[in-house]
Order: sequence, then C-alpha cells, then structure tokens
Amino acid sequence: MSATSKITVATTWLDGCSGCHMSFLDMDERLIELVQQVDIVYSPLVDTKTLPEQVDVGILEGSISSEDDLEKARDFRKHCKILVSLGDCAVNGNVPAMRNHFKLADVVDRAYRDTVTVQPQTPTQGVPALLSVVKPIHGVVGVDVFVPGCPPSADAIWYVLRELIAGRVPDPSAVTRFGA
Amino acid sequence: MPLPAKQPNVRVVTLNIDGRDLSAREDETIIEVCRENQIPIPSLCYLEGLSVWGACRLCLVELAGQGRLLAACSTRVAEGMQIQTNTERLQRYRRTIVELLFAERNHVCSVCVSNGHCELQHMAQKCGVDHVRVPYRQASYPVDSSHEMFRLDHDRCILCTRCVRVCDEIEGAHTWDVMGRGSDCRVITDMAQPWGESDTCTSCGKCVQVCPTGALVKQGTSVGEMVKDQHFLPILARRRHPQ
Repeated sequence: MSATSKITVATTWLDGCSGCHMSFLDMDERLIELVQQVDIVYSPLVDTKTLPEQVDVGILEGSISSEDDLEKARDFRKHCKILVSLGDCAVNGNVPAMRNHFKLADVVDRAYRDTVTVQPQTPTQGVPALLSVVKPIHGVVGVDVFVPGCPPSADAIWYVLRELIAGRVPDPSAVTRFGA
Repeated sequence: MPLPAKQPNVRVVTLNIDGRDLSAREDETIIEVCRENQIPIPSLCYLEGLSVWGACRLCLVELAGQGRLLAACSTRVAEGMQIQTNTERLQRYRRTIVELLFAERNHVCSVCVSNGHCELQHMAQKCGVDHVRVPYRQASYPVDSSHEMFRLDHDRCILCTRCVRVCDEIEGAHTWDVMGRGSDCRVITDMAQPWGESDTCTSCGKCVQVCPTGALVKQGTSVGEMVKDQHFLPILARRRHPQ
C-alpha cells in the first residue's frame, strides 16, 4: 500500500494525564497492523512539530483548561475532517473540571502558595493562562466522535479506529462508558 | 403511590406490548408486566419492593390513542392497551433525561466508589449517552461524612428517593426525607441535621444498598469498590406487606 492511500491521523494531549495516549500504545502488536493503514502525522508519539494543513482524523485527549488547550482544539477542528474526543476529560471534563467548583484564583493559590513553604509564587511566564471554567472539547468546538472512558481501553480505541478507517461511524457506547 | 394490596380474586386483562399479546392481572402496573415478560424498561427510581414514586420518567411508554406519554411504573394495565416501550421518540427522551441528570450535579464516574456498579452509569451506556449535549451546571453540592459507617455525596444524588422510601417503608425509621425544590432539592436526614447526629437512624444501611449511584456509600470504600446488594428488599417487602 502506498503512503498516499493511508489515512492521516493527528493526536494531541490537552488537560489530561496522558493515560489515553498510554491506552493507545496499549494496543500492542495491533499498532503494527494500524501503521499499515494510517499515518500518524502529528502527535506526542511522533516528532512532527506542526499540524499539517489537512488531516483525516484528529484525536484529542484532555479537557479545555487553558488558552493553549483552546487554541489547539480550534486548530484541530480547523484542520481535521473528523474530530474525536478521546477519554472522559475530553468528553465530559472529568477530573480537571472538578476545579470548576472553586474560583480560579483560589485554585491557583492552593497549588502555588498555600501548600508551598519556600518562595511561593504563581508562574506567569512561559505557561498558558488558565481559563476560569474547564470545559469538555465539545464545549468549544464541534466533535464528531465521542469515546468515553478513563481511559478508554485499548480494545475500545482499536474498535473506533477500525470503524473510522473502514469509513463507518463507530458506536463507542457498545464498547466503553463514562469512567470505564 | 402506596403499594396496592393484592386482591385474591382479580380479573385478568389482555394487552399488547411491542407487538406481543400478553395477559396480566388488572392490579398490575405496566412495568411489572414488562419485567415479568423480559421486556426491558429502563428505570432509576422504580425498585421492586418499594412504593411507586414516578420521578425519573425513564420508564415512559407510548400508549395508542393517548397523546401524552405514561410512566410504566405508575400506570395500571387495562384491557386492550396497545403499548410501545422503545420507539425512537422514547429513546430520544430517555437519552435527554440521563444527560440532564449528568449535567445537574457532578457525577465524575472515574473517581466514584460506585464506578462499574452504578445504575446511572449503566443507564448512560445503555441509552447511548457518550457525551452530554447541554452545558454542565458546575454547581457545588456538599458531602456528609458525619456518619461513622456511611457517607452521603449530594453531587452523585439523582433524587430517586429510594433511600427515603426504604427507610420509611421497610426499616420503619423514616430518617430520610426530601427538602427544597428544583436544583436545590436534596435528601436530608431528620430535620436536615448531619447524618451522624440523627436520632432516628438505626445504621441498618438499607438506604446505602438501594441507592442506584455513589450518593450513599459505605465509609472506607475506594474507587469502584462499592458493590451494592439489594437481594434483601423483595424478601423483606413481602414480609411487610403479606399477600
């Protein structure tokens, strides 16, 4: 199979723990079968630094918690034909969204001042500004496929990718659920 | 609605559910007939052995000739009824109901002691809720850990009132009740005192076992460890309401 007939896939990791990407790697030997059919063109798993102009499938892990997350999600929406929310943080906010019960200033103080004994300071340089409310991906951009789970199992990710490669619309509720 | 006392001589009616011709005692409800005949009807507030509440609306069914939908748990069967239990419209409504439950409070399944054993989580998967289309309310609800054996997390409560009913009808303590309206509605112990200070609670734990979610749980359980056992309920219910 020539490289051009392969489906291009981009992934990135917003406010999550990387567990969904770990679960992706957990597909084990099936990854070899996968690379026959897809090209991973942008991802924490590969070296590319920029998102190509046109990608077939974009996969986002994590919730929208910072300006950077928001920008990446918009970028993915703009350049990807199909956008997939992978995992509970992307699908429903999950643990990152638990800070929504508190004021952002209180959350930052808790992390960088209240619990720090030596030179407490709030980082402002080289880090993206946090948003006051954490949202799931579909709270800011349209999403085509939702794959809940914390993390979704390798089997669930495999099923979803196989369906997408075959040009079908996957039904993730058949294989995964919130908190799975 | 109190549990109807079973009459010794009761008429049998015939009705049609999802194209199947069935017969049933006329004092039965639609949900009872469906369960007897392995016709799946989703529900969260209904529990065999407790009185009927009709709050969750998941068991809504379509009755031919009726414009409005009927709750299968609180509707008695009648001769000649033509019922549909799983139309596209009902599926759409059920999905929306479950989504609204998730959006109202903070059911973070991944860090819940009931993860994997939760009726709401199971319902979401069954109804195809792979995301919630309405914005989350992001309101904060308290946790009551004052009881030495049990814990109450209002964030995970869906107000099914199973705890209220089992405490009143089976245990006979009536420790639980409901306070407030709308999104402020919550279950309370005694006169909205901390659970641990309740004079009436017998610490029997029936409320914990019948709770469909991680709202009422045992102290000391970790993620996914809270497995509930409701086998006692039909047995005790039969003894409380001799037939």
